[in-house]
Amino acid sequence: MSVQHNDSAKFLVGVYDDDEVVLKAVTEVKSAGVRIHEVYSPFPIHGLDVALGHPRTRIGIAAFLFGLSGLLTMIALTYYTMGYDWPMIIGGKDHYAYPAYIPVMFELTVLFTALGMVGTFLVSNGLGPTVKPLMFDLRSTDNKFVMAIDLSKNKQSEAEIATVLRASGAAEVNVKQF
Amino acid sequence: MAHTHSIPSVDEQFEFTAESKRRLTIGIIAGVVLVGIGAFMAAKGIGGHEHAEAAHGAAAHGGAAHEAATEAHHYKWTTRLWANVWVNSIYFTGAAVAGMFFLAYNYLGQAGWSAVFKRVPEALPAFLPVTGVIMLITFFVAGHDLFHWTHEGLYEVGGPEYDPIIAGKKGFLNTPFFLGRMIFYFVSWYGLWRVVRKYSLQEDLEGGTAYYEKSIKYSTAFLVVFAVTSSTSAWDLIMSIDTHWFSTMFGWYTLASWHVTGLAVITLVVVSLKEKGYLKGVNDSHFHDLGKFMFAFSIFWAYVWFAQFMLIYYANLPEETIYYRERFSGYGGIYKAPFFINIFMCFVFPFLVLMTRDAKRTPIILKIACWGILVGHYFDFYTNIMPGTVGEHGGFGPIEFGMILIFACAFIWSVSAQLTKANLIPKNHPMLEESLHHDI
Repeated sequence: MSVQHNDSAKFLVGVYDDDEVVLKAVTEVKSAGVRIHEVYSPFPIHGLDVALGHPRTRIGIAAFLFGLSGLLTMIALTYYTMGYDWPMIIGGKDHYAYPAYIPVMFELTVLFTALGMVGTFLVSNGLGPTVKPLMFDLRSTDNKFVMAIDLSKNKQSEAEIATVLRASGAAEVNVKQF
Repeated sequence: MAHTHSIPSVDEQFEFTAESKRRLTIGIIAGVVLVGIGAFMAAKGIGGHEHAEAAHGAAAHGGAAHEAATEAHHYKWTTRLWANVWVNSIYFTGAAVAGMFFLAYNYLGQAGWSAVFKRVPEALPAFLPVTGVIMLITFFVAGHDLFHWTHEGLYEVGGPEYDPIIAGKKGFLNTPFFLGRMIFYFVSWYGLWRVVRKYSLQEDLEGGTAYYEKSIKYSTAFLVVFAVTSSTSAWDLIMSIDTHWFSTMFGWYTLASWHVTGLAVITLVVVSLKEKGYLKGVNDSHFHDLGKFMFAFSIFWAYVWFAQFMLIYYANLPEETIYYRERFSGYGGIYKAPFFINIFMCFVFPFLVLMTRDAKRTPIILKIACWGILVGHYFDFYTNIMPGTVGEHGGFGPIEFGMILIFACAFIWSVSAQLTKANLIPKNHPMLEESLHHDI
C-alpha cells in the first residue's frame, strides 16, 4: 500500500484508546459510507485487515518468485562454471555433480528471497531515503489507535465525518494537513 | 473481566460405530488373506524368478558381495514376512509415539492453539504396547533373519565368520542389552503417556490447573527421555540391520520421519472428525497451523535426509556409500523406485501442495497432502529396512499390501477406541478458550 504523497492532502484523524473499540469503529465508519485511508496500531489487531477489507497480500507470491530466481541463478552459475565453461573432476565425480551444489542452490534461494523481501517491504511501505512518510499521530507507535480518513476521497463534509468518528468511539478527532 | 473465568464446556462424544468396526474387521481379514496369498506364493517361489539372476549380478559385482552371498545362503521365505512386520511396526510405533511427542512439546511450550483437538494426539500412543509386543515376538522368532549382528559366529576370534567390525560393536549390539533397551523404550514412552493421559481425564472431571502443571512436568520428563531414546531406538531398531554401516544423522532422520508421520496422522484424524461433524471448535486456523506443521517438518525431514546423503556422497567412502549403492542400484535395482518415491512423496509433494495459505485451509488438499506424506514415509522405512533384510528377494506384492492393511486397521481401531473414552473436546483445560478463539 504505497502512500501517494500529495501536498494538498487533508486528513481527518480519529484517535481511539482501545483496540476493540477501533475494530468495531472500522465497521461502523464504513457502514456510514466513509472511506477509511488506513488504521494505525501499536500492535497487530486480529481481524482488522478483514474489517478494513484489505485485499489479501500477494507477498507470498513475491517471495516464491524471488526464491525461484535465486534457485535458477545458482543452477545456471554452477552449470556454466563447473559443467560447461571449465569442467573439472573433483572427488572422482561427474563434472556437473549436482547433489554437491544443492547447498549453494538452497543458499542463493534463501538469499534472493531475503533481499527481495527487504526491497518489497521498502517499496510497499513507501519507505526510502527521499520519501517523507505520512505520520498521522505519533502516539500510534505507543498506546493509541489511529484511524486516518482522506477528505479528498470522501463526499461528506469534514463536520459530518467528525461526527461519525466521535459516534464510533474516537476520543479525539484531529485534522492533519500534509 | 471477572477474575474467576469459567472455561467453556463443549460436550462431544465420539461414537465408534458398529459399521466402522465391521469395516475394520473386514480390512484386517482382507489383510490376513492377502498376506496368506503372498506367503503361499513366496513359499512356492512364485514371482521370485526375475530376481534370482539379478541377485547373482549384484553378488558378483563386489561391494556387497560378502553380505549378499551369506544372506542368499541363509535366506528363508519367511524373512520377507517378518521384515514386513518389522517395517509396519516401526512405522506405527512412530505414528503412535509422535502423538505423545506432539502432546509433550505442546504442554512444555504451554501452547494454547492445540488444546481443542488434543484428544487426537492423546489417542495415538495407546497403540504402543501392540507394536512393542509384536516387535519383541518378531525379534525372538526371526531376530536371526533380520539382524545380521545376532549371529554368534561373528564374534568368535579366528572363526570362519569372524567379523572384526561387528565384533567391535559387541558392547552395544548384544541381545540382552538390545532387549533391555527395547523394553525400556516402550515402557518409558507408554508409561509416561499413561500418566499424562490419566491427568488429562481427571482434569475433565475436577478442573483446576493442578493437572495441567503436573502434565507439563511429565511432558518435560518425556521429552528428556525421548531426546535420547528417539536416537537410540533408531539405531537399534533400524540402523543395526545394516550392521557395518552407521550414520550419525540417523537418529534425527528417524525422528523427523516419525514426527511428520505422526503430524500427518493427527491432521488426517482432525480433518476427518471435523468433516463428520465432530470437533466443532476446530476452525480453519487450526487447519492452517497443522498444515504449517506438516509443511515445515517435511522440509526438516528432507534437510536431514539430504544432510546424511550429501556427506556420504561427497566423502565417497566405500563403507558408507554401499548403503546408498544397495538402494540405488543394488539387488537388480528393485529399491530404486521406492527410493525416489520416498523423496518425492516426503518432500517435493508436500512442499508444493502445502505451500500456499489457501491449501493449508482447504480440508481436501490437506487430506491429499496427509496421504502423500503417509505413503511417502512408509517407503522411507521400507527402503531403510528391506535391502538389509530381504535384499534381492524384496518387492511389492500381496504380503506388503496385506501387512499394511492389517496394521493400519488395527491402528485405526485403537485410535477410535481411545477417542470414545473421553469427551472429544477436553473440559477444564486452561488453554481451551484460547484455542477456541484461535485466529491467525
